[in-house]
Amino acid sequence: MDQVEQTRSEALKALGEASSLEALENVRVATLGKKGSLTGLLKQLGTLPVEERKTFGAKVNVVKAEFEQAIEARKASLQGAALDKKLAEERIDVTLPARPQPQGSIHPISQTIDEIVAIFGDMGFVWADGPDIEDDWHNFTALNIPPEHPARQMHDTFYLPPRADGTPMLLRTHTSPVQVRTMVGQKPPIRIIVPGRTFRMDSDITHTPMFHQVEGLVIDEASHMGHLKGCLQEFAKAYFEVSELPIRFRPSYFPFTEPSAEVDIGCSWQNGELRIGAGESWLEILGCGMVHPKVLEYCGVDSTRYQGFAFGMGIERIAMLKYGIPDLRTFFESDLRWLRHYGFGALDVPSLTGGLSR
Amino acid sequence: MKFTLGWLKQHLDTDADLERIASTMTMLGLEVESIVDPAKNLQPFTVAHVISAEQHPDADRLRVCKVDTGKEILQVVCGAPNARAGMKGVFAPVGTTIPGTGLLLKPSKIRGQESNGMLCSARELQLGEDHDGIIDLPADTPVGVPVADVLGANDPVIEIKITPNRGDCLGVRGIARDLTAAGLGVLKPEPKAESTAAFKSPIAWRRSFSAETSDACPVVAGRYFRGLRNGPSPEWLQNRLKAIGLRPISALVDVTNFFTFDLNRPLHVFDAGKIKGDLTMRLARSGETVMALDGRTYELDGEMTVIADEQGVQAIGGIMGGEISGCSDQTTEMFLEAAYFDPIRTATTGRKLGIQSDARYRFERGIDPHSCISGVEAATRLILELCGGEASDIVQAGDVPADDRVYQLRLSRIPGLAGFDVDSGESKRILQALGFDVSGDGSTWQVAPPSWRPDIIGEADLVEEVVRVHGYDSIPSVPMPRIAAVTTPARTIQQRRPGHARRALAARGLVEAVTWSFMAGKDAALFAPVDDAMRLANPMSADLDVMRATIAPNLIDAAARNIARGMRDVALFEVGPQYAGNRPEDQATVAAGIRSGLAQPRQWTGGHRPVDAFDAKADIQAAVQALGMDPEQPQIDAKAAPGWYHPGRSGALRLGPQIIGWFGEIHPAILAHYRIEQPTVGFELFIDRVPMPKQARSGKARPPLKLLPLQPIERDFAFLVADDVTADAVVKAARAAERSLISRVAVFDLYAGKGVEPGRKSLAISVTIQPVGKTLTEAEIEAIAGKIVANVAKATGASLRG
Repeated sequence: MDQVEQTRSEALKALGEASSLEALENVRVATLGKKGSLTGLLKQLGTLPVEERKTFGAKVNVVKAEFEQAIEARKASLQGAALDKKLAEERIDVTLPARPQPQGSIHPISQTIDEIVAIFGDMGFVWADGPDIEDDWHNFTALNIPPEHPARQMHDTFYLPPRADGTPMLLRTHTSPVQVRTMVGQKPPIRIIVPGRTFRMDSDITHTPMFHQVEGLVIDEASHMGHLKGCLQEFAKAYFEVSELPIRFRPSYFPFTEPSAEVDIGCSWQNGELRIGAGESWLEILGCGMVHPKVLEYCGVDSTRYQGFAFGMGIERIAMLKYGIPDLRTFFESDLRWLRHYGFGALDVPSLTGGLSR
Repeated sequence: MKFTLGWLKQHLDTDADLERIASTMTMLGLEVESIVDPAKNLQPFTVAHVISAEQHPDADRLRVCKVDTGKEILQVVCGAPNARAGMKGVFAPVGTTIPGTGLLLKPSKIRGQESNGMLCSARELQLGEDHDGIIDLPADTPVGVPVADVLGANDPVIEIKITPNRGDCLGVRGIARDLTAAGLGVLKPEPKAESTAAFKSPIAWRRSFSAETSDACPVVAGRYFRGLRNGPSPEWLQNRLKAIGLRPISALVDVTNFFTFDLNRPLHVFDAGKIKGDLTMRLARSGETVMALDGRTYELDGEMTVIADEQGVQAIGGIMGGEISGCSDQTTEMFLEAAYFDPIRTATTGRKLGIQSDARYRFERGIDPHSCISGVEAATRLILELCGGEASDIVQAGDVPADDRVYQLRLSRIPGLAGFDVDSGESKRILQALGFDVSGDGSTWQVAPPSWRPDIIGEADLVEEVVRVHGYDSIPSVPMPRIAAVTTPARTIQQRRPGHARRALAARGLVEAVTWSFMAGKDAALFAPVDDAMRLANPMSADLDVMRATIAPNLIDAAARNIARGMRDVALFEVGPQYAGNRPEDQATVAAGIRSGLAQPRQWTGGHRPVDAFDAKADIQAAVQALGMDPEQPQIDAKAAPGWYHPGRSGALRLGPQIIGWFGEIHPAILAHYRIEQPTVGFELFIDRVPMPKQARSGKARPPLKLLPLQPIERDFAFLVADDVTADAVVKAARAAERSLISRVAVFDLYAGKGVEPGRKSLAISVTIQPVGKTLTEAEIEAIAGKIVANVAKATGASLRG
C-alpha cells in the first residue's frame, strides 16, 4: 500500500469513528489542516521528481476531494442526529387543551330578523321602524280599531299614563302602527318590512308579555291577494329552506284588513317531530289581508287609487318552528346555556346568495 | 262556539260527511278547533247486567259483582255505593282506556278477589260530573249493546273559533247558512209561527230613555204565558245542552239557552208571578243593586241598561237576569223577553261588572235586531210544546232601528282585490244565499247586507264575502314584480349599525340576550329616579312595572341569575331600546354588555384573571369601531359615568359636549342588591349618538395609503409621576413634543411599590418616531427624546426614572 492510499484509509477510518461534530472537526484538522496528513502529502510534492509530481498530485487531489465529500456527508448525518436529539428533548404534551377562546353568540331573535330581512329585502322591501311606546291613535284608531273594541281594553294592552294633552299612551300591541307612520310620512309605492318588539298582557306557556313581530306592508296601485300569496309563499320557502312548501289561505278577520286571511304552511309529524314541507297537516304561521280602505283614508292615502296588503307574523314562533325551540318563555330568560345552545355565530350573517343558515 | 252535527242538520239538509263539513267550515273562516265524537270514546263500553253483588270478604267498601256482559259472565270488584244485584250499568272490558282517568284496565286482583273490567261512573266516561256512583241505566236497557246508542251520546260535538265580526255564526242557523252558500246543502225553512194569542198580556213593555240614550235598547218584544207546567226538559233538549257543556235547569230556562245557541237569539224568562206592574227598559240609577242569576249582587251605574218593574231592577239588559224574578219548577205564569241591546253599552257594562255570559258575548258582537219578534215566536212554539199552557198577544216597545246600508259593488273589484275573477252569476248566488239583497245588472251592483250582518260596511266586505265563500284556494300565487334588477339594501347605513355592534360584540365572546323592555320599579329606583310617565298603568306584576330607562339593570339581573345557576363566568350583551320618555324620540338604541367573574378562565397555562374595567373598555371600543369610528377618538372622561358604576373605576366616552357611552366596574352597592359577590363590569353605548363614518357621508373611497420608505424608530421612556396623573396626560404630552414625527405613543408598563416612592407611580411609554423625507441622525433623535422628556415633565410634573 502506498503512502497516499494509507493516508486515505486512515483518514476515512478516523472519519468513520468521529461520533460528534467536535470529533469530526478534529479529524478534518488532522487531515486537511496545516499539519494535516493530506496537507503533508501535498507538501511533499515539491520534493518529488518532476515526472512523478503530476501523477502523485492528481492522486492526492482525488483523495482530498473524496475526503471532503465524505466529511460533508458525515457532518450532515451528525447534524441530523443532533437535531433529532434536540427535538426529542423538546417534546410537549399536545393533548393538553389550547388556550380557551370565549365564544360569543347571536340571539335567535336577531338571527331570525336578519334572515327575514334578507328574504324580503330581495323582494324589494325596505326596513322601517317606529317607537315601542305608542299613542292610541297609531296603535288602534288609525288601524280601524274603534275605542270600544275589546283589544283596547286593559286585559290586552299595557297602558302608560297619558300625555299632558290627554293622549292615551300604551305599549304597541303589534308592529302595525309603523304601517300608519309610514303611510302618513311617505307617498306610495311603499314596500316595508318592520321587525320589532310588541307587548301584550299575556303570560302562559305560549305567551310572554313582550314578543317580536314582523310586519310587512305593500301599497301601490295594483297589488292584490295573489301577490300577497306569492310573496308569502316565496318567503316561506326561502325561510324554511325547503324546495316545495304548500301554502293555504283561510278567511279570517282583522279590523285593519279586508279581505283578511290566516296563512297555513304544509307540515307533517314524523315520530313526534315536526317537518315543514308538503305533508298531511297544516300549521298556522301568520295573519294578513288587503289593507282596509278605512286605514288608507286614516293615513291620508287615496283609497280609490291605491291599495295593497299587509301581513304580520310572530318572530319567535317562526324561529321556534325552524330551529326546533320548544318553549317561548326561554327566549327571554337570558340563560347562558340556552343562549349558547340556540344562538348563532357572530360571523353567520344570513344572506340569500351565501345561504340563510348553516 | 260549540254545537253538534245533529243540531247542525236540524237546519242544514246535506249529504256531506262530517269531514267535508268541517273542512268547508274552516275554509269559510269558521275555523274548526276540535271535533269530539263521544261515540268514539265510548266504543268499548257496553250495557251490562249485574247478576249479583256480594260484600267483599276483606274490604268494607268493595263489592264483588258477577256481571253479564251479554257475551260472558265476569267477576268485577266495584267500589261504588250504588252497585247492587239486578241493576244495569256501563261495563268496560279489560284492555279499555278509561277516558276520564286515562287508565288502562288490566286483569287484576283487588284484596285477593279477581276483577276483570270495570263498572263506570259518568265522570269516568266524561259524560258528566257525577262520581258518587256508577251509571244506573233503566231496567229495560238491553244487555250488550253499545252505551253510546243507549245514552244518545252518538252526536259529534264540533267546536269552532268565531272571529269577532261573525256574531251571526254564534247561532247554529248562521253556520248552516254559510255552509249553504258554500254549496254544502240546503237551508231548511224555519217553522211557521202558528201560535195565536189566547189573551191579552197583563204586562206591557215600556222604554224610558232620553233621546241620546235611546239606542241602548231600541226595541223589545215579549209575551205572557199562563197555565205552564215547568220541570225537567225532554231528553233531546237536555242532550243538546249537555253536549255543548251547558247544565239543563228546567224546561223554561233550557228553552232560552237553546235559542241562544240555535238562532243566536238570547231570551229571558221572568216568573210573572214575581213581577209587579209593567216592565221598563231604562238606564240604571247610580247605586241601584240587583242580585243576578249567578247569586251575586251587583251595584249598577247610570250607564247600564236594566229591565225594571215597580219593585226595582229585575235584570241587567243583555247580560244576566235577576235571581228574584227567575223561573223555578213552580212557575206557572211566565213573561218572555226578547230585546236588542246596544253592543258597545253591553260590552262596557259586562266589563265593569265582570260578568261573562252567553248573552253578553252575543249582544256585544251584535245580534240581528229583527229577531225580537221572530225569537218570541220560535220560543213560544217550543214552550207550549214542552210546558203546555197558553200564550198572550205579543207586546212590543220601540222600533227596530233603521238600516239603510246599501253598498256599491263593482265586479271589477273582485279580481282587483282577490287576484282572480268569480263568475258574476256565482257571485250573485253567493251573496243571495248569505241573505244579501242584490240589485242592478252589468258591472256595478247595489248590495244591501242582511240585518244579521252588522259587520258588512263597504265594498271590500262584499268582495270578501264572495271570495271567502267561493274559496280562498282559488287565489293564485303571483310573484311580486321586481323593483330593481339587482337588489338594493333593505336597511340604510343608519339602520345597519345596531347589527354591526351586535356582531362585533358577539365576536368578542359576548353572548347576546334579549331582556324585557320593562323592569321592576323598585330596582329601577336604585339606578335613577323613575319618571312617572314610564310606570305601567296595568303591569303584569311588580317585577315588570316600569319601562327601563337603561338596559344595565336587566343585564345585571340576568348575570345574577346565571351566577345563581352555577354559570359563574358571565359575558352577556343586548342591543335594544331604552326609554327616557313617552315621545318617539325618547327611545334610544343601546348596545350594553356585562361581564362577571373571570375574564380568562382557569387553565393549565395560567393567566386566569378576574374581569376589570378594561375588559368593558375593550368591549365598548370594539362596538365603537364596528360603527365605523376610531375608538381612540372619544375622550375618556373619568368623572362622567352614572351612579351605577364604581366612581373611581369607570369612564365615559365623550365627543365634545356629547357623551356617547360609558363603561367600568359596576358599583358595589348595586352588586350587593343583586347578590353578586364577584367582580362585575359593564358598558353602555348609545348607538344613535355615535357619528356616522365619513364614508357614509361622502362616498366609499378611502384616503390614499401613504407608505413611508424610512424605518420607524422606537424609544422607551419610564416616567415617575404623581398617582393622580393620568396615562392619557402623559401620552398626550409625549405626542405633542414633536407632532410631525411621532406617529404612535403606547403605554407598556405601569408600576408602583418597592423602588418607587409612595404617592408616585412609574409609567413607561414606547414612542414611535417616523422619519419623513430623510433619515434622522442620532443627534436629531436625541433632541426629540429630550423634547419628549421636557414636555411630559412640564405637563405632568414627571421625572425620568433613573
